[in-house]
Amino acid sequence: MSTSRAGEDLAALRELIGRHKRRDVMFGIVGLACMMVGVVTLIVLFIDLLIDGAPRFSWDFFTSFPSRRAGEAGILSAWVGTLLVMAVTMVAAVPLGVAAGIYLEEYAPKNWVTDLIEINVTNLAGVPSIVYGLLALGLFVYALGFGQSVLSAGLTLALLILPVIIVATRESIRAIPGSIREAAHAVGATKWQVTYDHILPYSVGGIMTGVIIGLARAIGETAPIITIGALTFIAFLPAAPVQAEFPFVSGEWLFAPFTVLPIQMFNWVSRPDTAFHANAAATGIVIIVATLAMNALAIRIRYRIRQRIKW
Amino acid sequence: MSSVPFSIGPAAQAAPVRPPAAQEAEAVGRPAPRPAAPPVPVKAEVRELEFHYGDFQGLKGLSMPVHERRVTALIGPSGCGKSTFLRCFNRMHDLYPGNRYRGEIRLLPDGTNLLASAVDPIEVRMRISMVFQKPNPFPKSIYENVAYGLRVRGEGNRRAIDDKVEQALRSAALWDEVKDRLQDLAFNLSGGQQQRLCIARALATDPEIMLFDEPTSALDPIATASIEELIADLKDKLTILIVTHNMQQAARVSDYTAYMYLGELVEFDTTERIFMQPKRKETEDYITGRFG
Repeated sequence: MSTSRAGEDLAALRELIGRHKRRDVMFGIVGLACMMVGVVTLIVLFIDLLIDGAPRFSWDFFTSFPSRRAGEAGILSAWVGTLLVMAVTMVAAVPLGVAAGIYLEEYAPKNWVTDLIEINVTNLAGVPSIVYGLLALGLFVYALGFGQSVLSAGLTLALLILPVIIVATRESIRAIPGSIREAAHAVGATKWQVTYDHILPYSVGGIMTGVIIGLARAIGETAPIITIGALTFIAFLPAAPVQAEFPFVSGEWLFAPFTVLPIQMFNWVSRPDTAFHANAAATGIVIIVATLAMNALAIRIRYRIRQRIKW
Repeated sequence: MSSVPFSIGPAAQAAPVRPPAAQEAEAVGRPAPRPAAPPVPVKAEVRELEFHYGDFQGLKGLSMPVHERRVTALIGPSGCGKSTFLRCFNRMHDLYPGNRYRGEIRLLPDGTNLLASAVDPIEVRMRISMVFQKPNPFPKSIYENVAYGLRVRGEGNRRAIDDKVEQALRSAALWDEVKDRLQDLAFNLSGGQQQRLCIARALATDPEIMLFDEPTSALDPIATASIEELIADLKDKLTILIVTHNMQQAARVSDYTAYMYLGELVEFDTTERIFMQPKRKETEDYITGRFG
């Protein structure tokens, strides 16, 4: 038999390859279309918001309190409220989440109890946020008596993003190779020295990414904040945390009533007067930009750390 | 093929002089070296060592001496337990659940049983340091890598740390290459340099025994030669145990050799005798390449 193929045979082979390649192209097109559904929707939404809300953007919009007249209303109390609530959320959630993640990964004995806790932590991330709101209403607002305050809202959102931080912490710890851990143990380091000198510094990039993504989620949360009773019309700011008189710092703001950006937006959207809808769109832009900026920061941090530490 | 294909390190050939420390140790009733071994002081005595992980018995009743300021090589086919054995010496197995030791490794002259549950593994690791198969520097500066063992020991004096770091890097034959960039990230060094850095890290804390777990298996021949040279220099100061799957390497660097198979110690003797006139047929088969 000759080694070269007969003309007919070769034509059939080429036909077969051609048919297979058409499937390649087909999936390429289908995949592209699927991706576009997500991306285009987001872009169209954002452009729509821009068209509606852009005219409302001005310095005054950020420095004015809400008002009965749409043209004079601003988001001062809302963005200050968001900032304060986020601060509480971060201070509460970061140490709790990171410590819990480290414990689960490094210290917890490997048995079924730990497995059970692990599954639960992962599931917590999927609990509807309004359920957290109900829990917080009973626990923070009434049982602990924090009232409908910045503190209650911050702690509520902290609970909400806790699983995100725990999972992010564990994942970035798990990415550290066992050989590095063994190296540290081999020079005589205790578990805590290994954790503090190695595990924590090497996983800080991943942890920070998790924290920022958690906060980006928290910044847009509306349901649990409404549940604990945030006000929709706040025409004053909480007392400043830094005071001119002794003792210079004040915790009063923690217990102040508040509003946040998504609630302000929700309030304006539900007004019959369409003039307020422009305000809502403008607020939506602020939230989206804040979220995108936070995610961009998270990506940037991860990239920077990856450049420095490659396993 | 000749049955003796390797040259033997000079140390094994020189008749060792018996230092007074050994006589002292015997006088207070410490275990003397086995009759088969030449009278070199013993740094550690392994007796009836067994190791289990889960239901599996990895080491089966190992007994042998580790001679002071000598290089002892552990050889044998993959899975024979040589690394497992080595990692008993610094209690590395304690890091993972389900591992159990039986028997003892007595560190002399104080007679501490390294495997006793009453003995803290941290204490063991502070006295016995380890160099791993793959270079594993910390993602920190060159300086911090070497200084870490000292920091763990609570050394706060900056000058003392500087001196120790320099000394360790010199002993590891790395000082000249890195002295101008001690604050550079250790990851920027080449593989061979990284391994010498790991040796410097292990040296900085003045260990009594240094364990090498196939230290050159991830390195090129030139880097391998420099590490072997280093091991030959280091044994003037300390006792060395090295696992290697490269028999030429065992022949080149070691004074004593233990051949292991399936978790058992088949034969232990001077490297010269193991390679020239092994007592056991299995050893000879492995050495000559008929098996393994």
